Amino acid sequence: MSITNQTALQLAAQLRSGALRVSEVLDACYAQIEAAEPTVHGYISLCREDAYAFAAKVQARLDAGEARSALAGVPIAIKDLICTKGIPTTCASKMLEGFRPPYNATVIERLHAADLIPLGKTNMDEFAMGSTTETSAFGVTRNPHNPAHVPGGSSGGSAAVLAAGEAPIALGSDTGGSIRQPCAYCGVTGLKPTYGAVSRYGLIAYASSLDQIGPMGRCAADCAALFEIIAGRDEKDSSSMDFPAFSAAAALAGDLRGKRIGVPAEFLGEGLQPAVAKALREAAERFRALGATVEEFPLPMLAYAVPTYYIIACAEACSNLSRYDGIKYGHSAAGARDLLETYILSRSEGFGMEVKRRIMLGNFVLSSGYYDAYYKKALQAKRMLQQAYFKAFETYDMLLGPVAPTTAPKLGESLSDPLRMYLSDIYTVTVNLAGLPALALPCGTDENALPIGMQLIGKPFGESALFAAADAYQRTEDAPLGRL
Amino acid sequence: MTIDRNLVLYLEKLGRIRLTEEERAACETELQSIIGYFDQLNSLDTCGVEPLSHSFPVANVMREDCTAPSMEPALLLSNAPQKKDNCFLVYRTVE
Amino acid sequence: MQYETVIGLEVHTELSTKSKIFCACATRFGAAPNTQVCPVCSGMPGALPVLNQNVVEYAVRTGLATNCAITRGTKFDRKNYFYPDLPKAYQISQLHQPICTEGWVEIPNAENRTKRIRIREIHMEEDAGKLLHDPWEDASLADYNRCGVPLLEIVSQPDLRSAEEAVAYVEKLKAILEYIGVSDCKMQEGSLRADVNVSVRPCGAGEYGTRTEMKNLNSLRAIARAIASEAARQIGLLEEGGRVVQETRRWDDDRGESSPMRSKEDAQDYKYFPEPDLPPIEISEAQVEAARQALPELPETKKRRYITELGLPEYDTGIITGSIHLVRLFERASDQCGNPKEAANWIMGEVLGQLKATQTLPEDMSFDPDSLGRLIALVQSNTINRGTAKKVFAEVFSKNVDPEAYVQEHGLALITDRGAIVQALRQMLAANEKSVAQYKGGKAQALQYLIGQGMRALKGQAPAQEVRQLLEELLE
Repeated sequence: MSITNQTALQLAAQLRSGALRVSEVLDACYAQIEAAEPTVHGYISLCREDAYAFAAKVQARLDAGEARSALAGVPIAIKDLICTKGIPTTCASKMLEGFRPPYNATVIERLHAADLIPLGKTNMDEFAMGSTTETSAFGVTRNPHNPAHVPGGSSGGSAAVLAAGEAPIALGSDTGGSIRQPCAYCGVTGLKPTYGAVSRYGLIAYASSLDQIGPMGRCAADCAALFEIIAGRDEKDSSSMDFPAFSAAAALAGDLRGKRIGVPAEFLGEGLQPAVAKALREAAERFRALGATVEEFPLPMLAYAVPTYYIIACAEACSNLSRYDGIKYGHSAAGARDLLETYILSRSEGFGMEVKRRIMLGNFVLSSGYYDAYYKKALQAKRMLQQAYFKAFETYDMLLGPVAPTTAPKLGESLSDPLRMYLSDIYTVTVNLAGLPALALPCGTDENALPIGMQLIGKPFGESALFAAADAYQRTEDAPLGRL
Repeated sequence: MTIDRNLVLYLEKLGRIRLTEEERAACETELQSIIGYFDQLNSLDTCGVEPLSHSFPVANVMREDCTAPSMEPALLLSNAPQKKDNCFLVYRTVE
Repeated sequence: MQYETVIGLEVHTELSTKSKIFCACATRFGAAPNTQVCPVCSGMPGALPVLNQNVVEYAVRTGLATNCAITRGTKFDRKNYFYPDLPKAYQISQLHQPICTEGWVEIPNAENRTKRIRIREIHMEEDAGKLLHDPWEDASLADYNRCGVPLLEIVSQPDLRSAEEAVAYVEKLKAILEYIGVSDCKMQEGSLRADVNVSVRPCGAGEYGTRTEMKNLNSLRAIARAIASEAARQIGLLEEGGRVVQETRRWDDDRGESSPMRSKEDAQDYKYFPEPDLPPIEISEAQVEAARQALPELPETKKRRYITELGLPEYDTGIITGSIHLVRLFERASDQCGNPKEAANWIMGEVLGQLKATQTLPEDMSFDPDSLGRLIALVQSNTINRGTAKKVFAEVFSKNVDPEAYVQEHGLALITDRGAIVQALRQMLAANEKSVAQYKGGKAQALQYLIGQGMRALKGQAPAQEVRQLLEELLE
């Protein structure tokens, strides 16, 4: 089997045994990048020199028998909104073109300490705002399963390069589905961790109360190994939490016998593509065969999920994105003649339309006169939604549902109607509002051979149960792994 | 809630952005449909529900009052479009 | 018509923590531009705040010292606005649940009684950076060293009625903040500054007039002058049949006048919302009690104790307890010389005199505080006389000389050898036969003259009482 078809854990084992050299793996990845990028365009930038330089150090440690993590020596793709010191970090925005952060995100420090090797920075929707990676200022990414289709978003680049064999494992971020939905569209696996499980320090903020960095890979086991490396309390992020140390090995040893899986009935309602509904029923059968019970239950709060999410996310976004003013970093308008023009022109030239739209929505819901009716109301709905989930977890160990109503749409279909694009986030946004972990994994393909994804939603800090279930599922015979 | 051109102009002002006339017209329609959709929340009875801003009831995350080295000014200013004398250079402020 | 001026103050005080409120950068005043800055306080994308626990502790202490209720569940909000001194384009502040509410302090009023000024709230927030004007480019230079320096904003109710009351209120707050050690309150360095809200109304009117605000006044003089000028301007407007416009005005202390800056219509919408990057703060009863127990003696209590226990005059105690630096000097000196009244006299006389003559603030006194007590002890032990001591104190104050060493080096000690004094007086009497004759002839004033001549002959270095006594004996 070629290097670029293997899982990260398989590569790591061969690197430890000496069967593979780190440079061989890098060579294979960069060769595949050169071959696939003209079609896929999943990367915004590569850091080849840094990668080989670091690889030499990692190889020396592996040669000395020192593997600093379960994934030591494995190359990794990084979503381009995670700060890498001295390496361009653009958020796929003209606003941050050429921006080189003066510091590393905590997750980057943890990857370094674990000897993972960054390959490059992946494409995304501008400032993570979008569901298709089409709002990127640096060109669209195409779905490796069918280049006429989008890879999903906002972590579309990370999902696409995994599916195209351009990286064995990746980091994405998920504010309202941005890891899970591209995983579903590209047929790979990814985790949106419990809010606070992974440090956000150095993650360029979209909506601070919802953003989480998470692992993306070709299988749940790879994601568990990466999650073990990046998770844990960080004193630089006040919202990161102490929780019992996560062990990938322990998580994957779990089994599904006697577990109760709930399926919110509203997740199977109108608007769901028949192929997705069918794949989900088949997945439920597999979970039953593994010893779990699966049953439906009502979750009427789902009806309020999308407005609640967009009100909160846009409110925080308009504040978070105010710092881009043409003064400290990023795009600065050449034609400005005074301070106000510096602001207005730099921001008007630097941001794309979707970002501007969300900034305006955020300003609307926070402005005096509308705060109570929209923002405060959304925070109340958020609590009710979380309570509805907590109540479900009194009965169920985890929940199962689709990630998106359909498989990947064609390029250009989504942007024309923003509201319709927002509505397609219905199954993913509730998880971020409630702070829960959710793992997306492939569960089949539609009539056009496009991948279908499902998600398992867990209790706060219930990642172990999710990995156990997903891994058990992925080890069943003929389980869809979505590898090309 | 009705969105008109004046509200769009006001939101542009609040966000320090300026749309073209064409964008503005499109935005008026889009915001109308999106905010109209937001209005669905009105049918949810939230009476007596405490707003939830932080997902989990964590409190008192603080650090000790200790100093650590700051950045080199050159690194701080490395992305600045305009700088002078180790400061960010901006158009003259009025206040 | 008679008008009443109504004033409310928002006092901003920088806390004297070692590090900033949300990052570990130092807070030292006067550092080279942008040398105390990191990704957090410069608003780099992706950086996050972590709260300095001492800021909360200092805020609780301040609330207790100003009779406030401490909010058990408090949190931060974002105040959004664009300005080049605010790199994140939002200030992390508190709107909805400020850490302290509903307090008061007492100030002396015109009739020299006490007047209670209510405090509406105290909240924690971060300071903004500094903009320096660059005359070469007609541009501004942004220095972020001050970004993230912790601030408390102390908001009064509109209970003040004159510039004098406003100054007394700020002085009282300053004294309290210094006593409890939360701020150095150096107005000239901007670590204590005030926004002033002023309105006027006809005496006896029930409703407040329209108010205007003047921001960032950084001296007591500026506060007093801005209030007086603004009240006069508003009264002038009303007298002419005009009306006051609600607005923010800029006070120009050099020109002694204010000008309009921003009207209410232009008022910014700050779009406050809960800060998602900082979890809430819960303050326990035990924590409040511990802080209450740890509070030092505050100005009012100290003043009463000085009056009742030490028997000091009320006026003197008011002056001394008005500054923690004078209090420290007084308490050291009175411990050292064992005579509080004498120590207080020295503070009221020589120390205040030197401060005034040299235009120095009490916090800038740089001499060894032990020196004053030791100097008083030298007088009490008759080693030097009072006049010499005053001269020595001037040297102590300006050059921080050691009193004993200075007296010795300059031969200022009193002559204690009785024989030497008698001999000097005999020589003096021999040279003043005329006066001696007058004295013996019954002219009592001649004795004063002879004592003066005797002291002169002794270069003032003999105890005056002893000189008088010996002279009387010799003349008998």
